[in-house]
Amino acid sequence: MTKAAFLTDATICIGCKACEVACKEWNEVPDDGMIWTGFSYDNTQMLGASTWRHVMFLEQPAGAGPQQADMENPFRWIFLSDVCKHCGNAGCLEACPTGAIVRTDVGSVLVQSDVCNGCGYCVVSCPFGVVDKRHPDGRAFKCTFCYDRQSAGMIPACAKACPTQSIRFGELDELREAGIARVAELQSRGYTDAQVYDPLETSVGGTHAMFVILGQPDAYNLPPAPEVPTIYLKSAWTSALVSALLLVAIVCVAFLF
Amino acid sequence: MAATDIPGGPGRPKASEDRLDSIRNEASTTGKVVTGAGRVDANAPIPGAEDYYNLPVLKPPTWTWEVPLYFFVGGIAGVSAVIAFVGQLFHADPRMVRVALWIAFVGTFLCPALLISDLGRPLRFLNMLRVFKWRSAMSMGSWILFGFGGAAFLALATNELVLYGIQSPLLPPLRWLGEFAGALTGLLLASYTGVLIGATAIPVWHENRRLLPAHFLTSGLGGSSAILEFFGFLVPATQILGFAAASVETLIGFMLELRHSRVDLPLHRGKSGWTMRIAGTLEGPIALLVRILSKGSAHGRYAAAACFLVGALCSRYAWIWAGRASAHDPQAVFESQHVAIAARKAAHRAV
Repeated sequence: MTKAAFLTDATICIGCKACEVACKEWNEVPDDGMIWTGFSYDNTQMLGASTWRHVMFLEQPAGAGPQQADMENPFRWIFLSDVCKHCGNAGCLEACPTGAIVRTDVGSVLVQSDVCNGCGYCVVSCPFGVVDKRHPDGRAFKCTFCYDRQSAGMIPACAKACPTQSIRFGELDELREAGIARVAELQSRGYTDAQVYDPLETSVGGTHAMFVILGQPDAYNLPPAPEVPTIYLKSAWTSALVSALLLVAIVCVAFLF
Repeated sequence: MAATDIPGGPGRPKASEDRLDSIRNEASTTGKVVTGAGRVDANAPIPGAEDYYNLPVLKPPTWTWEVPLYFFVGGIAGVSAVIAFVGQLFHADPRMVRVALWIAFVGTFLCPALLISDLGRPLRFLNMLRVFKWRSAMSMGSWILFGFGGAAFLALATNELVLYGIQSPLLPPLRWLGEFAGALTGLLLASYTGVLIGATAIPVWHENRRLLPAHFLTSGLGGSSAILEFFGFLVPATQILGFAAASVETLIGFMLELRHSRVDLPLHRGKSGWTMRIAGTLEGPIALLVRILSKGSAHGRYAAAACFLVGALCSRYAWIWAGRASAHDPQAVFESQHVAIAARKAAHRAV
């Protein structure tokens, strides 16, 4: 079975938010408040239970690249459509105690709404801060990778709506190569700070939603070295075991007197 | 934000590119910023390349007041089962063993009730027992609580039957089994909550993952013996356990106070920091000092027990609040991860 993936390219995105709208429309995601942030052009702010695509508006001092060459005040606009990363090793999936979160046949991570009981453990287990509990519904929601559309042979709504092909949908290995090729092309054109965001070297083990970005991941609120929280289990349980043995010893001593 | 503060609002010049430029210049020279949700620090409104408008990277825990209270009650119930088992083994006062078993048994009702009421869909609580996942501390916790419930009931029922004078060759081994299983699952119940929050993406929790299980177990120990003292068991055993728990909590309090990375900021500052500090002082040094200075007088022991209980309860809330503060701080995430990246690079060079 081929593994599906997104490659979202910040150097092509024009910030039109068609992906946000298409996602909301197709998936019938409810309104999550009309809030003006008052500090940026980004009034969506972040992904959440009712925001599965989020277009970021970055205002940066000039970076590398030819577009600022003859400007008085070097400055650059960057847009990037953020989405659930569908991790190779997903923290939410590992954490889910009901089995509501599963790995699908296309390699994506899916929350089954008919099983989720809203315990909230996936929320604190996602290293990307994607999945969240929806109020007042009570269950956890995130991007489904349009599993319904994919099952019917269609591409996800966001990729379909993207007018610039900044959001590319395709086969994981192919897009991984396409991302590297795109970065090489950008660098040859002078964008020396272009890079692929796909945390392959951490315990997350790469993602099914990769990004081509300019500059550091931190500026996009993408964690520079995300880890799946299960890597902390061994040391935590070891501590629990040692402390439990010590506690039994203390109680035994107390009753000897 | 009041309407008059909005650029271009009443009494302000109309919004224009010039006006926006002047707001930005003003902000970068005075350090004042048009504040809004998410942006709290006074920096120029044009962000640098280091963060995204200081918005959080992670989602804060959604757990409500029931969960920290459950950590507290579960710890006490779990360690009570341990005290009952060991007490029975060492032929302690049967009345004290009985009360300890009752505390554990009452816990088996309170704990699930608290957890279920925290669920977004409480009627689906049985879905917790749909799967068994070693790699999910929440799944393990559900099964631990399930096992503890059965064991605590068996131990209590058989112990009551023995105390009522019912003679049966089956009762003593069943009682032993119930108490043993209760102690085993009780130890897990009192400690796994530390693993539960330690194995998450929240920086302040996972950076303290080794400390948390020990911290929570100690709270359970001190809390359980404090409640036994309130039931009138002012025996040497509860005094020793009270001393031990308060001493360990004092040590843990010092360890927490000495940590000064960005990640540990919520342990020192704000609502979580001050609650943590006050709670830690209550269950640590104050409980210890009261116990020493009262020289075993009943009032002194009650006071020490009360200090410990209040401190232990408040510190559970402080840990959840610290998790929230940590999730809201993108710099905590970046800093801890850049440290990890640097360490990985150093390891590569060493190879």
